[in-house]
Amino acid sequence: MAEKKTLTFALMDPPYESARTTTALRLIDIAVRRGYAVNVFAYEGAVLLPFARQQPHPNAVHGRNVEEEHHLLTKDVVAALAAEATQNGGKLDWVNCGLCVDERGAGEAIEGVRRGSPADLWKMAETSDATLVIGTR
Amino acid sequence: MAKYLLIETRDPFEASDVGFCHDLARRLAAEGNQVILYLVQNGVLPARPGARAPALAELVQAGVEVLADDFSLRERGISAGRLQAGIKSSPLDVVIDEMAEGCKVIWH
Repeated sequence: MAEKKTLTFALMDPPYESARTTTALRLIDIAVRRGYAVNVFAYEGAVLLPFARQQPHPNAVHGRNVEEEHHLLTKDVVAALAAEATQNGGKLDWVNCGLCVDERGAGEAIEGVRRGSPADLWKMAETSDATLVIGTR
Repeated sequence: MAKYLLIETRDPFEASDVGFCHDLARRLAAEGNQVILYLVQNGVLPARPGARAPALAELVQAGVEVLADDFSLRERGISAGRLQAGIKSSPLDVVIDEMAEGCKVIWH
């Protein structure tokens, strides 16, 4: 059996604004499919990625209702990644920076998301095989 | 000798600081380190054979392995079979492969 690896990602971008988020979620997807232990420290706008009150919407411009629009919600992506991790014998530990959450009123996160502080990122990095920080600039 | 993976997400025709990443890759390779430059998002644009971006060819000459994300290439209609000499299309998995091996990874 392959050695279990632990990887940490620090994300900073809010949802729906940058290709960086897509790439970051693709990376996490690859890691959880391998059954790795994946830590995510979300800070600044990234704390809104698992925000529970995200809602799908219709698209009047294209004449599509909610079902037809099938709008992608990042909270669903985070939940799917966590489920994929569990299914493959790994785990996804997602920590939202508490100060960043409070600033944005983003306290209602999906189940499984923890509230933490930058000290958690330090602890994650200390116990990981590698850490990738994806900043906005 | 250490191994470094530099991830370049930016188009050098739009962001002037891409040169910093190239310079870092070149210097690390010159010091005897193993260096991969992984192009992703708009970072793949200079990999086109017609792009006026000699820096990538110079990095290949300097011993840097230059890879381009296959998904980013497809998104932009760039054929993986028509890249500058020495640049290879590669799945994003290579980043996870290298992280799992403890490679130092820097995002730009």
